[in-house]
Amino acid sequence: MVMHIVDRRLNPGSKSLENRQRFLRRAKALVQGAVKKSSQNRDIKDVLEGGEVTIPLDGMDEPRFRREGGTRDMVLPGNKKFVEGDWLQRPNQSGGKGSGAGEGDSEDAFRFVLSREEFVDLFLDDLELPDLAKRKLAETESEGLQRAGYATSGSPANISISRTVSRALARRVALRRPRKDDIEALEAELAECDDDTRRRELLALLEALKAKAKRIPFIDPIDIRYRRFETVPKPVAQAVMFCLMDVSGSMSEHMKDLAKRFYMLLYVFLKRRYKHVEIVFIRHTDRAEEVDEDTFFHGPASGGTLVSSALVAMNDIVRTRFRPADWNIYAAQASDGDNMTSDSGLTGLLLTDKILPVCQFFAYLEVGEAANYTFDMPDSSLWTLYERLRNDGAPLSMRKVSERGEIFPVFQDLFKRRTTSQERV
Amino acid sequence: MGSSGGRLFEGADWDFQTLQRVHDACEKIARTELGLDVYPNQIEVITAEQMLDAYSSVGMPLFYKHWSFGKQFAFQEASYRKGLMGLAYEIVINSSPCISYLMEENTATMQTLVIAHAAFGHNHFFKNNYLFKQWTDADGILDYLEFAKGYISACEDRHGRETVERTIDAAHALMSHGVDRYPGKKTLDLRAEEKRAGERRQHEESVFNDLWRTVPNTKHKSKAALTVERRRALLGLPQENILYFLEKTAPRLAPWQRELIRIVRHIAQYFYPQGQTKVMNEGTATYVHYRIMSRLHQQGRITDGNFLEFLQSHTNVVFQPEFDDRRYSGFNPYALGFAMMQDIERIVKNPEDEDRDWFPDIAGKGDVEGVLREIWSNYRDESFINQFLSPALIRRFRMFHLHDDPAESQGIKVDAIHDERGYRRVRRELARQYDVGFVDANIEVMDVDLDGDRRLMLRHTTVKGAQLNETDARRVLQHLADLWSYDVALTEVDGTDKVLKEYVVSPRAAAVAA
Repeated sequence: MVMHIVDRRLNPGSKSLENRQRFLRRAKALVQGAVKKSSQNRDIKDVLEGGEVTIPLDGMDEPRFRREGGTRDMVLPGNKKFVEGDWLQRPNQSGGKGSGAGEGDSEDAFRFVLSREEFVDLFLDDLELPDLAKRKLAETESEGLQRAGYATSGSPANISISRTVSRALARRVALRRPRKDDIEALEAELAECDDDTRRRELLALLEALKAKAKRIPFIDPIDIRYRRFETVPKPVAQAVMFCLMDVSGSMSEHMKDLAKRFYMLLYVFLKRRYKHVEIVFIRHTDRAEEVDEDTFFHGPASGGTLVSSALVAMNDIVRTRFRPADWNIYAAQASDGDNMTSDSGLTGLLLTDKILPVCQFFAYLEVGEAANYTFDMPDSSLWTLYERLRNDGAPLSMRKVSERGEIFPVFQDLFKRRTTSQERV
Repeated sequence: MGSSGGRLFEGADWDFQTLQRVHDACEKIARTELGLDVYPNQIEVITAEQMLDAYSSVGMPLFYKHWSFGKQFAFQEASYRKGLMGLAYEIVINSSPCISYLMEENTATMQTLVIAHAAFGHNHFFKNNYLFKQWTDADGILDYLEFAKGYISACEDRHGRETVERTIDAAHALMSHGVDRYPGKKTLDLRAEEKRAGERRQHEESVFNDLWRTVPNTKHKSKAALTVERRRALLGLPQENILYFLEKTAPRLAPWQRELIRIVRHIAQYFYPQGQTKVMNEGTATYVHYRIMSRLHQQGRITDGNFLEFLQSHTNVVFQPEFDDRRYSGFNPYALGFAMMQDIERIVKNPEDEDRDWFPDIAGKGDVEGVLREIWSNYRDESFINQFLSPALIRRFRMFHLHDDPAESQGIKVDAIHDERGYRRVRRELARQYDVGFVDANIEVMDVDLDGDRRLMLRHTTVKGAQLNETDARRVLQHLADLWSYDVALTEVDGTDKVLKEYVVSPRAAAVAA
């Protein structure tokens, strides 16, 4: 009988993908809750990793008629010492029911693994980039080149050799250009030929062929084709994220940790929207410097506090390295709120005149000690200043955070998807 | 090539030629020695990931889309990745040609084992067992699934995914009560089914539903209610196939919803025999692979090393933990089935006196393969165990029967053990564990209140005091009410018609609107 072997290994896998997506869609609210809960317990660095989540089965159950209780009869293997008529103790007195309830529990919760993409998607699902006045800037397009067929003119660098040669070949065949082999064969014959008339014939023939070959060039200028490029507008697909942080003595490890978590979230979020995200770390005391990540979070520093120094540094970096036309600029500033009072004027001016006009988004995060009374105290000098600016219409987002658990809500609050009508404005 | 024909393969590596050689060698033994009669084979090599995929669509190569399969997949994937669960070596599909999936990771020995097991053992069973012949249509199943998949996705396009999902959810909840348990007018012909589906729907769309002509309207009110007998005869009651009843008579279902129910019902019916023949099916396949592998070894076509490798996996497969073992989770169908097949072989070949008393028909008959083929064709688990579980095997497994009556304060009673007095009782009770009549709750549609509020009345006749789990029962009844569109009442009664519990569920507003 005929037997067929089919190799299915190369078939596209994940046939279950659609079913899986249907399941996730159906369980979306539950899964999302589970994702948020699970992300609170994990180190923010791992937030991008997928992982196991557990959701309650409510609404996801597939009920069946199921019987329980009653008299049970069972046949088991492996009798060692029982004889007919023996009585066995029930495992525990509530035994019969107990095991049933136990099963119920394990079925109530449903545990499965989400991939990294699924996790991040659900994690950031109801967030979107802020809709600010400078939205237009976000859609600024730069120009890129795209292949667009062939042209008869162009720069020698763009000659398409394969296209040119094939056209030349077609033309030579069409015009019956004598082939090199034919000419060589005739010449060989001529060399060996003794018969005069035949020689003359051959010579004439050769002459004619050579003339024809000369008339029909191997490659003619009309064969030449150039690769053509068109310029197409390309949306800016890169973003730069400025992390500004006050590292003066008053900032504790806890505060830095809060700030770091916020930056991580922002990074994850931007990374999802832009192909390329750069991060610039600027730390400042009474003077600012651009540093690497490690120094930013862990390097020791001390001194007074001049927020304007960081803004100046940022402005310089923007001017030299990140043309606002090419880059989407996001900035997040973390501070405990201290600033020299004399600095307020300059800070305000820098923000409104230099920084905010080029930024897509500027967030100020005021971090405080955990379980401290900070927020019952009067607003910090920086907060007061920013609040005034905002009331004057500056597009600033500002929040206060003092505990880890608040980071995500605050982040979500900042980027919450607005209703469509608001978005259109 | 002689009967020895040289080695089939060396070492663990294999390629498609190896598989072909192995298949041909197995086929020769299967046909000439065991006299098997199989569907043509189609062997498909798949990866572990694809095996996981197949798991979540009940092993079928194509299946309609539904979130519950995704849930299953997510669950299985999680336990597989954590190492809680290994994957099967093969999956085999009751279709013609008979499709066996082999995993690419298997060694050459394992592939040989799997081909012998699935492509010949299961294949023969599928083709010859009376239940499969009666209830399944191996030629048509793949086409029908294709049709079902297309039909359901067309419905989703037309009526919206959520509406369709709601109907399928409801039908799934009643799936175990969507099978005909007794052979009806005709066997399943899925190909014609598919063809007729369209015409039927068109026709029904234009035809008045016969049932509701019986609803008294104002004019005929004087005619009084139909007699109970007449009404029940008209509706074909009592009816235990709830899905069938809904498909035919639910008053407010759209034609496409009826078709969806029909699809779920057909699929449930297709799998119905598999649930009743686990022990036999696996026993047959295991016995066949054991015979084939032993013969291959005898012929020198596989090396001693290969044979040892085979024996190791074979032993794992037929391992039966004892009841007090942590690994125990009921009888292993492979172990029980294989032991019974071997035991029958022994009885046919060299019976003891005891066997002659118990099995006069087959003891010492000599034709092992003939007797086994006969058994494979004509029994299901329940009747198979009831007939052929021998005292010798009961002793070997040291089986005993426990009777647990919650009303009994002394505890659980050991009712019978592997002794002269106990054999028959142990055997009867074990057979009963495999009897679908006892495994599924006995729920029937009893009546419809045509004069009043069109309430659908169901009855659950309890067995040995086991009642329905209330939470689940309510949820299933909710689905049922959504399909029926009017109230549904379920009464639980014991053997003497004493009412134990009553449920009444009303349809959800959304479902009525749909």
